[in-house]
Amino acid sequence: MTDVFAADFWSSIFNFSDYGRLLVLVQNSIIAGAILGIVGGLIGVFVMQRDMAFAVHGISELSFAGAAAALLFGANVVAGSLVGSLLAATIIGVLGARARDRNSIIGVLMPFGLGLGILFLALYPGRSGNRFGLLTGQILSVDIPQLGVLIAISIVVLITLLVIWRPLVFDSVDPDVAMARGVPARTLSIVFMILLGLMVAVSVQIIGALLVLALLVTPAAAALRVSSSPIVVPLLAMLFGFASAVGGVLLAIGGSLPISPYVTTISFLIYLGCRIVGRIRGHRLRRQLEPSARSAAAGVSA
Amino acid sequence: MTPSPVAVTGPMSDAGPILDIRRAGLSLGGRTLWSDLDLTVQPGEFVAVLGANGSGKTSLLRAILGQLPVDFGEILLQGKPVHRGDRAIGYIPQQRIMPAGTALRGRDLVSLGLDGHRWGVPWPSRRSKETVDALIESVGATAYADLPVGVLSGGEQQRLRVGQALASDPALLLCDEPLSSLDLHHQRGVAELIDKGLHERGTAVVFVTHDINPVLDMVDTVLYLAAGRFTSGPPEEVLRSEVLSDLYGTRVEVIHTGNRVFVAGVPEFPHHLGEAS
Repeated sequence: MTDVFAADFWSSIFNFSDYGRLLVLVQNSIIAGAILGIVGGLIGVFVMQRDMAFAVHGISELSFAGAAAALLFGANVVAGSLVGSLLAATIIGVLGARARDRNSIIGVLMPFGLGLGILFLALYPGRSGNRFGLLTGQILSVDIPQLGVLIAISIVVLITLLVIWRPLVFDSVDPDVAMARGVPARTLSIVFMILLGLMVAVSVQIIGALLVLALLVTPAAAALRVSSSPIVVPLLAMLFGFASAVGGVLLAIGGSLPISPYVTTISFLIYLGCRIVGRIRGHRLRRQLEPSARSAAAGVSA
Repeated sequence: MTPSPVAVTGPMSDAGPILDIRRAGLSLGGRTLWSDLDLTVQPGEFVAVLGANGSGKTSLLRAILGQLPVDFGEILLQGKPVHRGDRAIGYIPQQRIMPAGTALRGRDLVSLGLDGHRWGVPWPSRRSKETVDALIESVGATAYADLPVGVLSGGEQQRLRVGQALASDPALLLCDEPLSSLDLHHQRGVAELIDKGLHERGTAVVFVTHDINPVLDMVDTVLYLAAGRFTSGPPEEVLRSEVLSDLYGTRVEVIHTGNRVFVAGVPEFPHHLGEAS
């Protein structure tokens, strides 16, 4: 009895029968996952530097509400999700210039969005699989034209990020001097919020509203543990995002579970590994620092 | 102490003053911070801006940076009205804590001063690397240039900031309390770097501070702001009991001990200048 249960348990998590045939069927999902992972990892670096992890979560709940409304009213789910997340991103961007204001606005918006979403889903008469897909991920059920839209949005976000790269870095890590140097902080911040809104809407479709942070925050947080180079960190974050998203899709297609637990587990394991490497790096940095600390006498005074 | 501005030869001396503030006035929230303010800064001149908290020192810097338009008068930089993001201005802020997870090494902080305002991704080139290396060396930060900024001490960060501010080869260096929160040893080191830039490049310096002592022997001119009024001149003329008492309209004591100076009895802000009173 328990053996049967255990066999069922494992085969629902890992099942590689007919794998080759399935792989062909889901190749578009793999491509979408790859691009989402890469662009999500990249934008995550700015999410971390601008201290916006909580904003990502807030935007994703409104994105979920938008998608649920679209489902209920028979509109395009991706479009609904985009409307919700752009609305949230704009509200947070305009009203929450200061971190404290921002957190309170997000704290207010988030439950409201989630509540609306639950209302729309409760009213929705269709298949329940569609309902929970929005919360927990449904990449394998997204059809090909919609995948194309998700890929196109990700590429637009990627190109825009590359164009505003340097001033955005400057404004994120050193805002006072960036302002003095004429970096258009306000415009950059609103453009960034729009990019973030777009990326969240894409992620909601693939990994689900509740788990967006696993692709938009965890890979970048992991990369920041092991490097401080403004070139190495984004490259690693993209690599980690790619590995989590594609790894998640590849593991999920055989079993009967949603993709999300695979993605979140992979990205979490990468983060754990990076923390361990980061500890070793921390010890090395402190040793390296000693000579310079000696020559410069005491440190900062009170 | 140099009572008069350093004479600079060459093309720069023909260009007139670097900074020219003419009868400028600024009010914030219905309160006049300063009015009829006149100040001329020549190449190579070191101006210290003193005054109590809330006297409008930082607002003056923001006005020079073009971030805060003045209500009256005008501010000219090299003969033209100031505007946001002028490359002729270098800016050194107060030292602030950089979170340990900041993706920035010492050299990247300096690089941002060179090309952080440009669009696109940074493209590593030999020329920009050489420029950044030279800047880092000139501020004595080579030993820790490749370490994350988050692990550096306040003094080390401020040295890098001097390099960052000098990266665009500015005509004017604006400093907003760059020495506060540093210990005496580092205060001296960073102040000397700023002064060196002034002598080597003919840069003019406007230096906002609550304590003039670390830079006392470098200052050519003191601009002292108080309660909507101001006075300016060489430090030995401004930092006198009669002058400051007149400015504040109450008895203020200026005490000189050795090569340090302390001001006591300033209304509302008795501790604002120097660490003793």
